[in-house]
Amino acid sequence: MSNHDNNELLHTSANELAAGIAAGEYSSREVTAAHLERITAVDERVHAFLHVASESALDAADAVDAARGRGEELGPLAGVPLALKDALTMKGAPTTCGSKMLEGWVPPYNATVTQRLLDAGIVVLGKTNMDEFAMGSSTENSAYGPSHNPWDLARIPGGSGGGSAAALAAFEAPLAIGSDTGGSIRQPAAVTATVGVKPTYGGTSRYGLVALASSLDQPGPCARNVLDTALLHAVIGGADPRDATSIKQPVPPVVEAARSGDVSGMKIGVVKELGGEGYAPGVEQRFNEAVAKLESLGAEIVEVSCPNFEYALAAYYLILPSECSSNLAKFDAMRFGLRVGDDGQHSADQVMAMTREAGFGDEVKRRIIIGTYALSSGYFEAYYGSAQKVRTLISRDFANAFEKVDVLVSPTAPTTAFKLGELIDDPLAMYKNDLCTIPSNLAGNASASFPAGLAPEDGLPVGFQVIAPPMADDRLYRVGAALERELEREWGGSLLAQIPDLLTQNGAGR
Amino acid sequence: MSEAVVDYDQAIATYDPVMGLEVHVELNTFSKMFCGCSTTFGAEPNTQVCPTCLGLPGSMPVANEKAIESAIRIGLALNCSIAEWCRFSRKNYFYPDMPKNYQISQYDEPICFDGYLDVDVDGENFRVEIERAHMEEDTGKSLHVGGATGRIHGADHSLLDYNRCGVPLIEIVTKPIEGAGERAPEVAKAYVRALRELIKALGVSEARMEQGNLRCDANLSLRANPQAELGTRTETKNVNSLRSIERAVRYEITRQAALLDDGGEVTLETRHWHEDTGLTTSGRPKESAEDYRYFPEPDLVPVAPSREWVAELGETLPEPPPLRMKRLVDEWGFSEMEMRDVMAADAVDVIEATVAQGCSAQAARKWWLTELARKANDEGVELAEVGMSPRQVAELQGLVEDKTINDKLARQVIVGVLAGEGDPGEVVEKRGLAVVSDEGALSAAVDEAIAANPGVADKIRDGKVAAAGALIGAVMKQMKGQADAGRVRELILAKLG
Repeated sequence: MSNHDNNELLHTSANELAAGIAAGEYSSREVTAAHLERITAVDERVHAFLHVASESALDAADAVDAARGRGEELGPLAGVPLALKDALTMKGAPTTCGSKMLEGWVPPYNATVTQRLLDAGIVVLGKTNMDEFAMGSSTENSAYGPSHNPWDLARIPGGSGGGSAAALAAFEAPLAIGSDTGGSIRQPAAVTATVGVKPTYGGTSRYGLVALASSLDQPGPCARNVLDTALLHAVIGGADPRDATSIKQPVPPVVEAARSGDVSGMKIGVVKELGGEGYAPGVEQRFNEAVAKLESLGAEIVEVSCPNFEYALAAYYLILPSECSSNLAKFDAMRFGLRVGDDGQHSADQVMAMTREAGFGDEVKRRIIIGTYALSSGYFEAYYGSAQKVRTLISRDFANAFEKVDVLVSPTAPTTAFKLGELIDDPLAMYKNDLCTIPSNLAGNASASFPAGLAPEDGLPVGFQVIAPPMADDRLYRVGAALERELEREWGGSLLAQIPDLLTQNGAGR
Repeated sequence: MSEAVVDYDQAIATYDPVMGLEVHVELNTFSKMFCGCSTTFGAEPNTQVCPTCLGLPGSMPVANEKAIESAIRIGLALNCSIAEWCRFSRKNYFYPDMPKNYQISQYDEPICFDGYLDVDVDGENFRVEIERAHMEEDTGKSLHVGGATGRIHGADHSLLDYNRCGVPLIEIVTKPIEGAGERAPEVAKAYVRALRELIKALGVSEARMEQGNLRCDANLSLRANPQAELGTRTETKNVNSLRSIERAVRYEITRQAALLDDGGEVTLETRHWHEDTGLTTSGRPKESAEDYRYFPEPDLVPVAPSREWVAELGETLPEPPPLRMKRLVDEWGFSEMEMRDVMAADAVDVIEATVAQGCSAQAARKWWLTELARKANDEGVELAEVGMSPRQVAELQGLVEDKTINDKLARQVIVGVLAGEGDPGEVVEKRGLAVVSDEGALSAAVDEAIAANPGVADKIRDGKVAAAGALIGAVMKQMKGQADAGRVRELILAKLG
């Protein structure tokens, strides 16, 4: 049917793939098969996927090709493959959330996000690796072993959504879905030179996203460029009657904003508190250069102070464990997943305890214990209550800032990708990786990470974070597109073109 | 097993009882509190479930608007304030019949608060103050198999049915009920009865205690006198009939009094009521009761009913049951005793509907409280579902009044209607039950009876008119009951007069 070589298909953007499929230049099956082959070739080294759904992916591709054959109009991403974070349910495919607790569980229903992907003709290749129940910044907490950063296989791909980001950077998929509770979409995007967006809280449905912390979690789109991310955002976004916290408004005009990239006259605030001590020099350098680029495009740059961000990490590590201690109570061996000790000698209570002891990893246990403590009577006000007050103060900081500026910017993470194993025994240092990303989850606004270049000292990607007010997600794409256009001119194309060859890298895989 | 008790009068002479009543009302909404599953009672186990009420990973709750409406209407009927803004909370504890291992309930922000219900205790008004009424979801049911007692101890295994999981409940909590004194058991019973009547009048629940639509937990403590501080309370669960409430409160008063008399202490604990023995037994002590770690439910948005909506719902409230009873007693001319029987039989609604069909109140009362009440009782159904409608009862009475049938035949007509043979008129026709109005046949039967009972006939001739009953009976027997007893009497007296 065509003479496109696989490598070309792998390096084509999602929107161009969709156009090619719609125009009959190649079929969705060819595109899908090329990506499945790529996964076979490199995922031993990257370990982005926990489950590859080859059969259903090819079936879905055939369905798109058949629809095209019947002359049906295809959606803007129809036939394009995607990597789905293992925190979202998909009928017929196992959902583990990176935990032994859910090993073998096949959900009987689709998450709303999954359903919208399928309805749009997007081809789900499989489920991607993550820190157990999304708790972590490196995927090292996955019960199935870590994913590896395609830029340097000895380094972390970020977390918790490291699998989705690594799949993009390794050209295993042009699109991915992540979920962001404290940076789980943005920090992996930053350390892999991909694009990741945490939509406004309520902008995408959480129905079918296995909850970590309900008031912070938000599924979002990931891709290798700004327009693809926006197109994916438009597919999955919007109100859902199954999620009471979803916002009953149309998706902001994200695609238009991504196509425009016009930042002239835009007021951009640099968050004073998110920089300085603890930030790698290369991170600060690339960040400052990106800010200068935006200024050169006609944006007005001002410094903005958000004094309460100082307390964000502390508040986050009370609210998240509190909610997660309750959300993860359902993993009790009674109805699904792992069951330990069911030998006729143990009571239901004992089976629950034995299963939770065996099924949860250390970080999950740590947070459940902290949360259980923080919610107990006599401590509730001091911990959960105070944390909620801090949350209000942080929202107020944002509100004040957005009176003066249209968006806020900062580095996405203080450092580039650290080495696998480097921080695993130092949870506090690991938590600090999310310093810049956490405030947006606490306030529920929209936030994204875009590639800003490679840090001169280690040659690793740096992320540029943009934060917009709730339901102004389009502004993220406007800034991201402007930056992408300017920087790619300088780089001579996508930053990912500079990624070292996976198959010749040392320090590989499992 | 049974614990020491003292005589009730002695207990009351020594101590002042204080009660707190918690009533759970299962709403009759079509779907569950937080998902679209059906709430129909009695379906096959685990057929009315979905990812949400099974608590599957990733599932989310969405609040049922109709349940919120019912909660507000209950609150308004209980003279409560309705919160302008309130939240659901999670009550965290592990139990296999609760799939999420937390119950979505309300904690410090109930939707209804600070109300009261006036109840009639032997003709006197007693005001019960309401602390709060809040929304929550029901749990599933555990069935413990293989043990002798049906309880978890000694069972081989347990079966779980999640059909009830997520059915909407309203929990109505009183403030401490003080000043009831020796009438405490009656007050408790009268309160639950009045609450049940109110709930039924609102139409928000079937409110059948025997089906568990309305469940009562009774907290009770004793103190030396009304000025003393509150004593340690017990919470008696599983009190599922009006009679049990009265008995359970009475029993707890005598049990706690015995403990205190001996210089002992009441243990803060949950106790279980046993209908068969009339005793309560110790459940779990409250000290070791779990810390529920309540916090606001982050999967749901706050409930903020607009004042306009609350006002609209206020317009939909039914006539308060006590006022309605007063009005009906006047309209129907029943004695207090008659009305009490009618209420005890839950026959107010059907009698009202029958009267509306043109039947006299006394006749309606007679039919509903005799044949039909017996049948409903035998079948364990409500009068409204017994198989004969108010219209049919009114038609039956019409046939009696125009002398097509007599009371005895009417009973046979009822049997026919209940057997599904059609309306009363059709049953009379099909069964050939109309009274014989053929004067010739009747006269012949009277003559026969006089001839067969000469002694009785003589007595009547001697003026002992009361003796006519025996001859009437004989005639009726001869006519197989299909005669107008009044006309038979007339004929007998005429012939022997």
